[in-house]
Amino acid sequence: MTQLPVRTEKKLGLAIDLDTCVGCQACVTACKGWNDQGYGVPLSDQDPYGASPSGTFLNRVHTYQAETPEGMGVTVNFPRSCLHCEDAPCVTVCPTGASYKRAEDGIVLVNEDICIGCGLCAWACPYGAREMDQAAGVMKKCTLCVDRIYNDNLPEEDRVPACVRTCPTGARHFGDFADPDSSVSRLTADRGGYALMPDMGTRPVNRYLPPRPKDAPDQASPLAPLLDIKASGFAGWLDRMLGKI
Amino acid sequence: MHPAPSVILFTVFSGIGFGFLALLGLGLMVPSGWTAFFLWGLGYALAVGGLLASTFHLGHPERAIRAFSQWQTSWLSREGVASVATLVLLAPMAAGQWLGLPVPPVLGWIGAAGCAATVLCTSMIYAQLKTVPRWHHWITPVLFLAFALTGGLILAGQMLAVPVALALSAILYLSFRIGDGQFPRAALTTGHATGLSHLGRVTVLERGHTAGNYLLTEMIHVVGRKHAEKLRIIAILLAGVLPALVLLVLPPVAAIPLATAIHLIGALAARWLFFAEAEHVVGLYYGMR
Repeated sequence: MTQLPVRTEKKLGLAIDLDTCVGCQACVTACKGWNDQGYGVPLSDQDPYGASPSGTFLNRVHTYQAETPEGMGVTVNFPRSCLHCEDAPCVTVCPTGASYKRAEDGIVLVNEDICIGCGLCAWACPYGAREMDQAAGVMKKCTLCVDRIYNDNLPEEDRVPACVRTCPTGARHFGDFADPDSSVSRLTADRGGYALMPDMGTRPVNRYLPPRPKDAPDQASPLAPLLDIKASGFAGWLDRMLGKI
Repeated sequence: MHPAPSVILFTVFSGIGFGFLALLGLGLMVPSGWTAFFLWGLGYALAVGGLLASTFHLGHPERAIRAFSQWQTSWLSREGVASVATLVLLAPMAAGQWLGLPVPPVLGWIGAAGCAATVLCTSMIYAQLKTVPRWHHWITPVLFLAFALTGGLILAGQMLAVPVALALSAILYLSFRIGDGQFPRAALTTGHATGLSHLGRVTVLERGHTAGNYLLTEMIHVVGRKHAEKLRIIAILLAGVLPALVLLVLPPVAAIPLATAIHLIGALAARWLFFAEAEHVVGLYYGMR
């Protein structure tokens, strides 16, 4: 059903640390690898070994740059995937009921067996989280690795989304945002985690932890004291005399 | 947004079809016998043909029947339900006029209301989207309803078409003016989309993939926008002004087909622009609009 649950018991989602993400694309690869053989149809590629390879991905990492008013350059690696919104517009626009949000944990999923591939949900998402699989003609999106997190056949440490499990810098955190004592809730509170484009009215569950402030330029150079040379002895006398002429 | 031909044909032809059926339902024309068969058939063909065209862009058209189920939340589903209900409601009146059987006119009025509701639902598929600021405005349903009414009136050869067509051109001009201001008004930037604007002016360093993807082809369509200014003038003139002149000057037998053809070209140009000029906020993540 495309009616959103009034409230969900849990709010499972990701806290993504933009300070520690190094943009290595490991989460992109792990996501594609796991979801290529798990939930739903495989994530197809088009022209994979040709001049213009493209394909379906549920997670993409962009890199942005900014120049601060002080003239400092900042580079931010920015993973982008489904935010499992509480007011998910992708769910309510779906004409078939293929898109739904689970009442028990808040995960937004697509039932690929009844998806007609109209693409309206992808239009309704402000974050570009949904991609139509060009081979299967159905909509694909992040499942929060629903086939990992509850999977008793996996060792306990693997019962997190593939992107979280693989991240070498620990920039991705998985947990329940409905629980104020969960690791992701505490991280969000400590680091000022924010939602993307709240003006779109989607109430995302995922949070982004902003980059920590960088050092200011005048504190940056450890060589600065060495440049302040005071001449002494004969050179000092010469310096003083020449200064008087 | 990608101007898919199937969606352009669907919105244009089903719009005109439902506009024409509404006029028949209201009794602006009261045909009988085979004339009734032909006119009702024309309206049904346009409406149904347009609806069928809309299934061409689906990944799984064979499952289209499922689209009737989620009318409680989905405008696309409501559109499907409203269109089929309207076509069924008007069927007794169409058959009655063809076979000369008495049909209570109230059935036609309800059918006409259904036609308006269907076109309104079609427009709301687009107007509901906050992600496309150009569409997310009351001008979108007004524009779609004006196109349906004008198309129907021109096809019916009613002289009422003249002022309505001129009004359509004015509404189309207004929609361009309003639409141009929607994206800047929302102050949408890459810094806003990423939540990083406190760092300074945010620009794209790398976009995460070297070739294209679904998002770029579907929602960040920028091809052909360079001719937009000329196409806008063509659309405004051909959709309303020229058909009105043709209806005023020429005798009906020549004016109706000519004005309809001109109006159709204008409507297709306007609908192409409606999609091609619409910017989706996801483009902000790619530094594009």
